Amino acid sequence: MYCYPEDKVQHTACNGSSGLGLYSRPFIESFEETPMLVAVLTYMGYGILTIFGYLRDFLRDWKIERCHVAREREEQRDFVPLYQDFENFYTRNLYMRIRDSWNRPICSVPGAKVDLVERVSPDYNWTFDYTGKVVEGVINMGSYNYLGFAENTGYCADASAEVTMKYGVGVASTRQEMGNLDRHEEMEELVAKFLGVESAMAFGMGFATNSMNIPALTGKGCLILSDELNHASLVLGARLSGSTIRVFKHNNMQSLEKMLRDAIVHGQPRTHRPWKKILILVEGIYSMEGSIVRLPEVIALKKRYRAYLYLDEAHSIGALGPGGRGVVDYFGLDPRDVDVMMGTFTKSFGAAGGYIGGRKELLEYLRSHSHSAVYAASMSPPVVEQIIASMKCIMGEDGTTLGRDRVQQLAENTLYFRRRLTEMGFIIYGNSDSPVVPMMLYMPAKIGAFGREMLKRNIGVVVVGFPATPIIESRARFCISAAHTKDMLDTALSVISEVGDLLQVKYSRHERLIYDQIQD
Amino acid sequence: MLFIDYSSAFNTIISTKLRTLGLNTSICNWILDFLMGSPQAPAYHLVLEGILILWIIRLLFSKTYKLQERSDLTEKEKEDLIEEWQPEPLVPPMSKDHPSLNYDIVTGPPSHKIIVNGKECINFASFNFLGFLDNERVKQKALTSLRRYGVGTCGPRGFYGTFDVHLELEDRLAKFMKTEEAIIYSYGFATIASAIPAYSKRGDIVFVDEAACFSIQKGLQASRSFIKYFKHNDMEDLERLLKEQEIEDQRNPRKARVTRRFIIVEGLYINTADVCPLPDLVKLKYKYKVRIFLEESMSFGVLGEHGRGVTEHFGVNIDDIDLISANMENAVASIGGFCCGRSFVIDHQRLSGQGYCFSASLPPMLAAAAIEALNIMEEDPVVILIWFRFFIFMYDLVNKYFQIDSYSAVKSVIGEVYAPALHLQLERSSGSRDTDVRMLRSIVDYCLERQIALTLARYLDKEERFLPPPSIRVVVTIEQTEEDIEKAASCIREAALAILK
Repeated sequence: MYCYPEDKVQHTACNGSSGLGLYSRPFIESFEETPMLVAVLTYMGYGILTIFGYLRDFLRDWKIERCHVAREREEQRDFVPLYQDFENFYTRNLYMRIRDSWNRPICSVPGAKVDLVERVSPDYNWTFDYTGKVVEGVINMGSYNYLGFAENTGYCADASAEVTMKYGVGVASTRQEMGNLDRHEEMEELVAKFLGVESAMAFGMGFATNSMNIPALTGKGCLILSDELNHASLVLGARLSGSTIRVFKHNNMQSLEKMLRDAIVHGQPRTHRPWKKILILVEGIYSMEGSIVRLPEVIALKKRYRAYLYLDEAHSIGALGPGGRGVVDYFGLDPRDVDVMMGTFTKSFGAAGGYIGGRKELLEYLRSHSHSAVYAASMSPPVVEQIIASMKCIMGEDGTTLGRDRVQQLAENTLYFRRRLTEMGFIIYGNSDSPVVPMMLYMPAKIGAFGREMLKRNIGVVVVGFPATPIIESRARFCISAAHTKDMLDTALSVISEVGDLLQVKYSRHERLIYDQIQD
Repeated sequence: MLFIDYSSAFNTIISTKLRTLGLNTSICNWILDFLMGSPQAPAYHLVLEGILILWIIRLLFSKTYKLQERSDLTEKEKEDLIEEWQPEPLVPPMSKDHPSLNYDIVTGPPSHKIIVNGKECINFASFNFLGFLDNERVKQKALTSLRRYGVGTCGPRGFYGTFDVHLELEDRLAKFMKTEEAIIYSYGFATIASAIPAYSKRGDIVFVDEAACFSIQKGLQASRSFIKYFKHNDMEDLERLLKEQEIEDQRNPRKARVTRRFIIVEGLYINTADVCPLPDLVKLKYKYKVRIFLEESMSFGVLGEHGRGVTEHFGVNIDDIDLISANMENAVASIGGFCCGRSFVIDHQRLSGQGYCFSASLPPMLAAAAIEALNIMEEDPVVILIWFRFFIFMYDLVNKYFQIDSYSAVKSVIGEVYAPALHLQLERSSGSRDTDVRMLRSIVDYCLERQIALTLARYLDKEERFLPPPSIRVVVTIEQTEEDIEKAASCIREAALAILK
């Protein structure tokens, strides 16, 4: 286990230095600080883009330049404008330039290798033409396919195919009316068994699971403590609930403890009445940072201050832990300590939808009071079958060791990939065990350049910029999959190194170290 | 007027006195220079500067205020408070016989003949209007898609989650509805609930019908706009609200120039099963300069000659409606939803629709099933006419049974003649909603035993703004025969006679 020198790294936790020995394994996270020169150049870059943006808007207004932006109808010209010009400034002038890095259409299974539909733009990304050709065999480092269940052959696909012909594709009713199939009940029992909780319930969309169930759990007079970098669905659910929301610094347990103490001691603002309940919202793996929540400390705090914990395992279920059971398994904790365990089936199970697991009373309440159970259609039967089949595979109940092998393969791939990237000199954020690997690019021009250069060399990557990340911290994000073989990873790594040299993104100031052993 | 000249009091400097104080020469010279120079500045300058310096010194030494209340509690008192605080349980305890706790279990496919709680029944409860749930062509297409793409998409639309099937479906929907563009969501509920907050923000004004469905209410809550409800289908009430708003605008024209206004209505209301008066709404739109958002979940595939919804039904130009949103879970019998309209409006959702950007895309097999359903609807518009005819037949029958016998007219039929899902409500409520619900539930159970599958219309009692009265939902689909409908109507009548007497 290795600790980075203090002055170079913004935040690191080493075994034993925090959390009073609650961690049974080393917790190594690093978020190297942005080099000063790079920060200055990035701001300058955005400044230049903004100036050009104003210039182009001016030219467009005066009809010197052809305007591609869609316009309001003639008949509705004197209505109040639907969009403020300023709102769309970023979209028109910055996003449009590099729009081809996103929304790339594919036409095959989103597995380890994927086929992209080729498209070209004759007018600098305002419109796209499809040439009709297909770029085959692109190594897919962008899809959330952690355990490799995105496949069209094999046991899971066969089971789903059978169910499609038998049950059809739709359900056309809500869970409380006529949409509760026997397969749904079977799936929910299986999910509860997988997680190690008393009961579970599944919903048709992961985003909606958060936005429809948090309002059912808290209301006015309750307090929600939410992490700084929580996903949009958690933020929306917290807002819709009507509770007071307070944000604590990302993964910072001192900040969380201080807020808990202040909340209990002072009560509600102005009236000082005690809070009805306190709910802590955290995620298992944060997908933009690659960091893992400090679950042992959060649970210790929760027990001490009698708060409730809502854990969103969208990315960590299936991807962490020796049995693939998520972040609770990774830390070796008891699932009964987490009050509400939420997760999605989209990432590691190759299906769609979300679930909530917990105690029997919680699930009974949700079955009758969740917005989704009353107003939204239930899950499609083939999707349910895919979940059942993949879950059985991971648990080993289908009679093979395929699940266990995949979980192990993912852990090995993650360690290898992260180690090699750090050796090459890139700045990588996040925990050393997380399969989400953000690599810093910083400058706006490099965002587009990186995506395009990688695609030219047949690797598909995801690049993210503002507003999903802070303005100077744009990054490329790699998602490791158990379906990636070592050869694929090596090819990808050599290409990344090549492009990294070309674009000069190897910003790390640590010496290029090679660490011999990583403790498990 | 006296002119008092103070300058002479200060115009001589006795430098020797400074030396006797013991200051050294250079400092004395500096002080002399300073003092000589200063009478050249007007006196008020010096006074002002003096006051400023005194003020700064005062601020530096005064106590700072913290935003949070200062606490005078000791550590021990804080610990005691923390020990004593008891939160409420995470969820309130539920009684075992809560009506929505025990779901009806459907074994096997939810098609025309459905097995509910072990009994085979005729399905009058699923929104399978055009019978696509067990259509062989649709299933085959879904299967082909599964064999090509697998089940899930493993990513949102922006990150390798856009399949060519999605692009094809969006294209087909736009062509079918004769609009410029369409956008697909992976969940029906999230469609309108994400579309509304993308356009209507804090400070904007939205006029909504009272009977709007729950997803619209959630969309409005997320948007934080001002919401004004008008009475269900009452155009005069809406006009009154619009006139009031106009008067407000004249008082504050600057604010009015940037406040967006919207009217949100449903084509066919799911809670009351009647149609909105669209031509009148379009007239109001142009008169008061308000945009219209139309929610067509129930009417898509059902109303209109080709199934294009309420705009085709009334013959309104589709460009007059700013946004049409529908879910594909009813007539199209797939999963998901879509919005269609002009590119100017729809394209905005590709970056601001929360349910679009931050959520995984629709599984391709479900999109392929939707495309096939659209194909069948386009090939065979006669399908829709047949269904229409059945529906009118059912409505007549039910009305006949419930008005024939004045003693048994204890239930009223709510709904328009061509609405696919009727509501049967109690004519006279017993006073308590729970009792009403129980009575209706026993009617449903009675029918289930006689092989007619019905369902209670479900609502969240505490969350709905205008809670509709309890009712039984009856859905007519194209797969039911005339005998089925006769049987259902007579069964409901028997049940009403037996239980409500």
